[in-house]
Amino acid sequence: MSYSAGVDVGSTYTKAVVLDEARTIVGRAVLPTGFKLTQAAEQALAQAFAEAGCTRESVGYLIATGFGRHQVPAADTHVTDLTASARGAAFLFPGTRTVLDVGGQTMKASRVGEDAKVRSFRLNDKCAAGTGAFLEKTARYMGYTTSEIGPLVATSKHAVPISGVCAVFAESEVINQLSEGAAPADIMHGAIASLVGRSVQLMKRVQMEPEFTLIGGIMRFTRMVDVVRQEVGGQVNVPPDELVQFVPALGAAILGRRRLAKLAETGA
Amino acid sequence: MAYAAGVDVGSTQTKAVLIDEDRRIVSRALTDTGANVIQAAERSYREALAAGNLPEEEVEYVVGTGYGRYKVTFGNTQVTEISCHGRGAAHMFPATRTVIDMGGQDTKAIRVSAAGEIQDFCMNDKCAAGTGRFLGAASSALDIPLPDLGPTALRGDRPVKISTTCTVFAESEVLSWLGKGKRIEDILLGVHQSIAARSAGLLRRVGVEDEVTFTGGVARNVAMIAALEDRIGTRVNVSEESHYMGALGAALFALDRILASRAPARSSREDA
Repeated sequence: MSYSAGVDVGSTYTKAVVLDEARTIVGRAVLPTGFKLTQAAEQALAQAFAEAGCTRESVGYLIATGFGRHQVPAADTHVTDLTASARGAAFLFPGTRTVLDVGGQTMKASRVGEDAKVRSFRLNDKCAAGTGAFLEKTARYMGYTTSEIGPLVATSKHAVPISGVCAVFAESEVINQLSEGAAPADIMHGAIASLVGRSVQLMKRVQMEPEFTLIGGIMRFTRMVDVVRQEVGGQVNVPPDELVQFVPALGAAILGRRRLAKLAETGA
Repeated sequence: MAYAAGVDVGSTQTKAVLIDEDRRIVSRALTDTGANVIQAAERSYREALAAGNLPEEEVEYVVGTGYGRYKVTFGNTQVTEISCHGRGAAHMFPATRTVIDMGGQDTKAIRVSAAGEIQDFCMNDKCAAGTGRFLGAASSALDIPLPDLGPTALRGDRPVKISTTCTVFAESEVLSWLGKGKRIEDILLGVHQSIAARSAGLLRRVGVEDEVTFTGGVARNVAMIAALEDRIGTRVNVSEESHYMGALGAALFALDRILASRAPARSSREDA
């Protein structure tokens, strides 16, 4: 059996995925990245290999992606996370034409062709108001942790308007809303609506078209997905279970599979 | 003797200043603004009254300023913090033509005339980059108290280049420099230089004209004074009262109102 693997060294988490010859996910792992990127990649891979019951030697091709992709000496090659995400999204949902990736510190929108290649993209990594950090900060100002955001916002009936110009200024805004009697759940809902507003702006700049595939850790908040659905119109896909955060690693592993197939052809 | 008061409700801290008819500061008070803005305004005012040993009746006029100026429920009127900082700075340093005010959540560049009137101003209104909050992020990331940041940064000699604009991301950048083995002194020097660069950008938009007066809570930071002077190429005035400059300006406006309300009364008697 020959495996392929992808490792995505992100700013917050490092993810690894192992695929078998049938392109079935047989191992995966996620760990906080920390500051030792090489070590984080090695540990995530070791865990994913253990789950797959394989070793580095039986992995025919390993591709690294994410902001720390250059820090993975074990990798055969590396690709950008946009390339990897497009591959992963198209593998899960072949009709994908727009990918929206919202992570802890970045927001990325890309338009993808029928060949699963990136046609155009826009990034926000300069301002926390356009990333998951905005939700995390808003939650923290109200005394909630990141893991409580999902359950909290599920109880909201309507969104309190939150301007979302700056994650720091949001503190005063949240305090004002609380003092005027707004419910934390509705404020959180407003923060999500504001983040979605920013993501729609970003997607418009790549000439978005359906189908939309939403990825990144923030999409675990189903309310985020609901609000995107209301805003964009058209088919909106979300990878099942915890796969939302593994899409770039999965895409990297898919690219590894293709590379193995090509090597086999030329070798034959 | 008449007394006037200014209460400056900032995003992070609330300041109150009492002055007498001769424009001398009688007392001052400082408190964290916190969630209850109305209470913070009252608390700082009471503390200033107590510190000056003045009964409330002696204060004829109160001006509220700062972002929470409309929460100064006992105030007679409100004046914007731009006007108050310009006024306070011109009072302390009469040759002031440019004011740079760095507070907890905003930084303002103000140009004032020889008469102390506001001619132009510019501020960060969409983003907390380059404000005191950036130092707050560095302070919590490195676990160094705010007052120690400046002295620590002055010991740096090879500043790191801070590439982050956003204050929220600055915290992780600071930690990543630490992870790469940089000295805390050099990281902090880089943080100060990055804030100074953004402030200098604001100053250029209003035009830097000598003398420059540096006000706001961040003006107490020695490394920020040095970084700012270095960046704009001129010395800056810093008063002992820099943190209270907005409240002082508000108190001066309050005194104007007291004196103005007397003048017509006197002239009407003369007419009669």
